[in-house]
Amino acid sequence: MDLSTLDPIALIVSLIIAATPLVLAATGELVTEKSGVLNLGVEGMMVFGAISGFAAAVETGSPWAGFLAAALGGAVLALLFGVMTQYLLSNQVATGLALTMFGLGLAALIGQPYSGVKPPSFPRLDIPGLGDIPVLGRLLFSFDAMVYLSVALVAAVWWFLTRTRAGMILRAVGENHDAAHSLGMKVVPIRLAAIAFGGACAGMGGAYLSLVRVPQWTEGMTAGAGWIALAIVVFASWKPWRVLVGAYLFGGVTILQLNTQALSLNPALPAGAGLIAVGLVWLGLSLRAGRPADLPLAALVLGVAALAFGLADPRFQIGSAWLSMAPYLVTILVLVVMSRDRTRAALNAPASLGRVFHVSG
Amino acid sequence: MKLAATVLAAAAALALGASGVLAQAKDHVKVGFVYVGPVGDFGWSYQHDVARKAVEEKFGDKVETTFVESVPEGPDAERVIQQMARSGTDLIFTTSFGYMDQTVKVAKMFPNVKFEHATGYKRADNVSTYSSRFYEGRHVIGLIAGKMTKTNTIGYIASFPIPEVVRGINAAYLAAKSVNPDVKFKIVWVSTWFDPAKEADAAKALIEQGADIIMQHTDSPAAMTIAQENGILAFGQASDMKQFGPDAQLTSIMDHWDPYYISRVQAVLDGTWESTDTWGGFDTGMVQLAEFSDKIPEDVKKLAMDARDAIAAGTLHPFTGPINKQDGSPWLAEGEVADDGTLLGMNFYVEGIEGDLPK
Repeated sequence: MDLSTLDPIALIVSLIIAATPLVLAATGELVTEKSGVLNLGVEGMMVFGAISGFAAAVETGSPWAGFLAAALGGAVLALLFGVMTQYLLSNQVATGLALTMFGLGLAALIGQPYSGVKPPSFPRLDIPGLGDIPVLGRLLFSFDAMVYLSVALVAAVWWFLTRTRAGMILRAVGENHDAAHSLGMKVVPIRLAAIAFGGACAGMGGAYLSLVRVPQWTEGMTAGAGWIALAIVVFASWKPWRVLVGAYLFGGVTILQLNTQALSLNPALPAGAGLIAVGLVWLGLSLRAGRPADLPLAALVLGVAALAFGLADPRFQIGSAWLSMAPYLVTILVLVVMSRDRTRAALNAPASLGRVFHVSG
Repeated sequence: MKLAATVLAAAAALALGASGVLAQAKDHVKVGFVYVGPVGDFGWSYQHDVARKAVEEKFGDKVETTFVESVPEGPDAERVIQQMARSGTDLIFTTSFGYMDQTVKVAKMFPNVKFEHATGYKRADNVSTYSSRFYEGRHVIGLIAGKMTKTNTIGYIASFPIPEVVRGINAAYLAAKSVNPDVKFKIVWVSTWFDPAKEADAAKALIEQGADIIMQHTDSPAAMTIAQENGILAFGQASDMKQFGPDAQLTSIMDHWDPYYISRVQAVLDGTWESTDTWGGFDTGMVQLAEFSDKIPEDVKKLAMDARDAIAAGTLHPFTGPINKQDGSPWLAEGEVADDGTLLGMNFYVEGIEGDLPK
């Protein structure tokens, strides 16, 4: 073990970059689902966004044009789904799955001339002075603009859903479309707008992959990220800030296990340290707000246990199959922990999610 | 009328089958391919598809080829292979290690269809196995890496802990170590053959840990792209990845399946196909190296080419003793050469590699 090369700041920075496509796609899907529509085509919209963004960036030489095109591409693909499910009343689950297949195929077709092409690079934000502040400078100011935009997007969606009239209407449509309709709300147009927004976000998530994180185009390069984004929405119990936490956690598990392997370090060590840090902050917040502290305490205990295990056997490495299922295992664990919280409506899913709306009904 | 014709044809087929049509020449062959990644991955599946096109070009109207890409290893693979066998395909190439059990299972159901499984070890009367001695290429890139690393740290992106991959790590490490006693390998397992984002993240993690040369045993050129961006060096895998890292790529181990696929289709046309096990290397042209980068100094180039020629000529074997296993127990004595059986089942690191092999 060589702890001297473990750089927690670099770890966190790469974790946030790895999580950003998930933040974008999952936030979009959250809005779609809040309106009562389940669109399982996130993977397809992401990969379509990845190629339309890549192609536009290469053709125009501007990564910003790429992200714009990716948002448009994702929205157009999503509207295809919208027309089929909202006007033609096709089954949402089947149509969403079909959208994934369609998106993967279409992206491969469009992408053929773009294999092996280098995209224009997306600049980091360089605010003079700020990046040079020790620790905080690298932690807060060393990203590209899309990372900040993704966090701003989460804040905006939170504000929109909880603080605006339009957001209330969107949620009302998602909770009970018949009641909303009888109150004169336009269910179908509202849902179409939410679907298009979800597609645009997924498209930008895909473009972040092909323009920033990998930067290249290869067929099928989303490799399941869309499915993880879907899981994050459930994991986050349809709450925007939890989407952000969930995405960083999911991205974090992957980055953590890759880095600890390169270090030959027991992944329980940094995971335990992180858990203790999170538990302490959470405990402080809970105590100040006078909320029960059992969950943050549980996180602390778990963190200490993980750290102890890590110290006892610093070279321990987990089998590769365990590592690849780790994000899903974490989802299940968190779902279990959350659902024991009976004081609030446990899972918080929109009541009309996935149900067909028809005026005559 | 049509039904009667079908019944007649089926009866005739049965009768012919019983009388040993297996050994007869055909004038038209339908060949199917099952790929684990997309044909546009620019790595493993791409290279198999290049060979499929070569088969079409060589035989023209005499063959009809089909392929299914991005087939996950597991139950889906069985469905795809079965569907292919059912639709009148004569010869089916299943091109990933994880298709092994499914291939053997479907082959039992379709005794008249011939199967070829890449990189596996289970055979049957109608199942051949074939693979390339990629470890020969890994020996050569190990030599180059050992000579060229400045940090003495080489990053290795590994997919799954199967013998094929473990063998590659050992071959590259032994070669690097032989020219640079201080060399260290940092190995990251990504549990996937194809996930560009994860491969890119693994490459970043390795660079973060001080690696200045990256080797990969995964299928996408993502790591090459990251190496190019970070100004370090890398070796391509399966195909020439120079376009993704014009400054980064030193060379690439290239799979070259054309000669094998053409010979196997020819055998079915001639009626001489039988179950075999093929493991070709530099000598058969199944393993090749991409053009060497100008960054490789002349003396290292010569060292690498000499090793390549010696392996092709059979005078050098990458696994020649004395070699100990990781725990220090002896594996090969002085001058002893590993036999193919041991190589095919290799499930241990050699002495000097740090870290545990995932189970």
